[in-house]
Amino acid sequence: MDEQFRIWNSPAECQPREQLEALQLERLKQTVRLVADQVPCYQKKFATSGFQPGDLTSLDDIRYLPFTTKEDLRLNYPYGMFAVPLRDVVRIHSSSGTTGKPTVVGYTKQDINTWTELVARFMTAAGVTREDIVHIAFGYGLFTGAFGLHYGSEAIGASVIPISGGNTDKQIMIMQDYRSSALVCTPSYGLTIADRLEKQGIDPSSLALRVGLFGAEPWSEQMRTELEERLGIVATDNYGLSEIMGPGVAGDCLLKCGMHLAEDHFLVEIIDPDTGAVLPKGSRGELVITSLTKQAFPMIRYRTRDITRIHYEPCACGRTLARMEKTSGRTDDMLIIKGVNVFPTQIEEVLLQIEGCQPHYQLVVDRVNNLDTLEVQVEVNEHIFFDEMKRQRHFVNTAEKRLATVLGVSAKVKLVEPSSILRHEGKACRVIDRRVQ
Amino acid sequence: MKVEQISIFIENKSGRLAEVSGILGEAGVNIRALSLADTSDFGILRLIVDDSEKALQVLRDHHFTVSKTEVIGVEVPDQPGGLSSILKILDQNQINVEYMYAFVERSGSNAVIIFRFDDVDQAISVLLKNHVTILAGKKITSI
Repeated sequence: MDEQFRIWNSPAECQPREQLEALQLERLKQTVRLVADQVPCYQKKFATSGFQPGDLTSLDDIRYLPFTTKEDLRLNYPYGMFAVPLRDVVRIHSSSGTTGKPTVVGYTKQDINTWTELVARFMTAAGVTREDIVHIAFGYGLFTGAFGLHYGSEAIGASVIPISGGNTDKQIMIMQDYRSSALVCTPSYGLTIADRLEKQGIDPSSLALRVGLFGAEPWSEQMRTELEERLGIVATDNYGLSEIMGPGVAGDCLLKCGMHLAEDHFLVEIIDPDTGAVLPKGSRGELVITSLTKQAFPMIRYRTRDITRIHYEPCACGRTLARMEKTSGRTDDMLIIKGVNVFPTQIEEVLLQIEGCQPHYQLVVDRVNNLDTLEVQVEVNEHIFFDEMKRQRHFVNTAEKRLATVLGVSAKVKLVEPSSILRHEGKACRVIDRRVQ
Repeated sequence: MKVEQISIFIENKSGRLAEVSGILGEAGVNIRALSLADTSDFGILRLIVDDSEKALQVLRDHHFTVSKTEVIGVEVPDQPGGLSSILKILDQNQINVEYMYAFVERSGSNAVIIFRFDDVDQAISVLLKNHVTILAGKKITSI
């Protein structure tokens, strides 16, 4: 095997397309049967659309199946979408939801094994081996990132340092002393580490770092170059979402020409987000994912809201799996701030609860010293304007505290004058994301 | 007894005070006293004017957030210890002052201080009992 392109599971990752598609169809039928038997939400959806599991005869027939949205998950909170009894579930993770309620996802023992396998695949594709010391600076907790990479690293046989997020000085000390060679974190945190190294006068080449596995937030090619130059590493991207599994859905190989999708476990489509129509191969549009092997939390045509494009030509690394481009945006207004999903509607609810009125607001997301910041600008109106400074400040402090609790990230609340937030055709523009400008 | 004060929310950026005073000037409203409480982001401008209703109207027309508050104007002997004697009375009666500011003009030989209390009525009765002169609203705005 070429040293440069190690492959974790060649039979799966390099199989001929026809064989892969036959496997996908067989697994799709199983999954559809599973949800038709076990998940009331899908029973209802199938009944409404007139779809019968027996109707499925080719992969193209997937277009007749109904979509699943974040709203479905919210309506079935917490366990309504599970296809197995809880006694078969060995792990629960969650991510933030659109209206304050998180999305709860479960894994059977087999699901955890699949997840581990898929993470091991993309880590291997990024060049990680059993010789590596993997420094995991994702937060350990309900968020899928840290545990996903942790299990995958162990499967490869690498040494894991589960340092978790924060405390950059300590991270650097451990990198120096323990000789961390693979860094796992968000790309923005990677840059924070680079900044701190620079400030402390530490030459990155004095560290053992050689590869970075960055995920959990969208990032640009420009940022990749910056990470590679400033940390002296190869920076790879990986993609996943907790509703589907977590990290492991797709990941870069060392050619960095699109993230290889684990198509033997997920069926992907690109649709027109407005009409829902499936677009021809190679089109840019919304990524829709159907899980093919998941037991506890199967998803049929889950609308990721992520915009991307999929390339099907085989890759020079030897893998036949299709490659997805870095995501280039969202079809909804979800923001990813410090790796946490934030929806403007959550902010609306918090403001509504505090004074019982709906002020105009705008979110300003920025990146200061490589860390994401969120400012919520709120237009003052007579309900939330007080003549006493202490009450006015109390309003601001209460709003900041509630937002931090509901969103899971800190936000600064800034009061602004009425009509100062720009409106387009009367509709306030809710989000200004300066990170992408 | 009570004086109407108007409060205006202004962002802490250049030109905002000029804008407010400009709007009032054009409307023929005269500012009698003012105070500004500010933070790094925003300020609360409090004004006593000769025509509160008109001031409220024109400021709202210009999309300012405004509110009306009742304050009182107290005559304070213009001599050392003058203010202290009044604050002592308030303190002894557990009357909490939210904020206060001075009027530029005098009323006869006395200074005039504007007070904002949590409980205006109680403050008035305590001050009157202690023979402090509270100026009528009309008188204040026409000083």
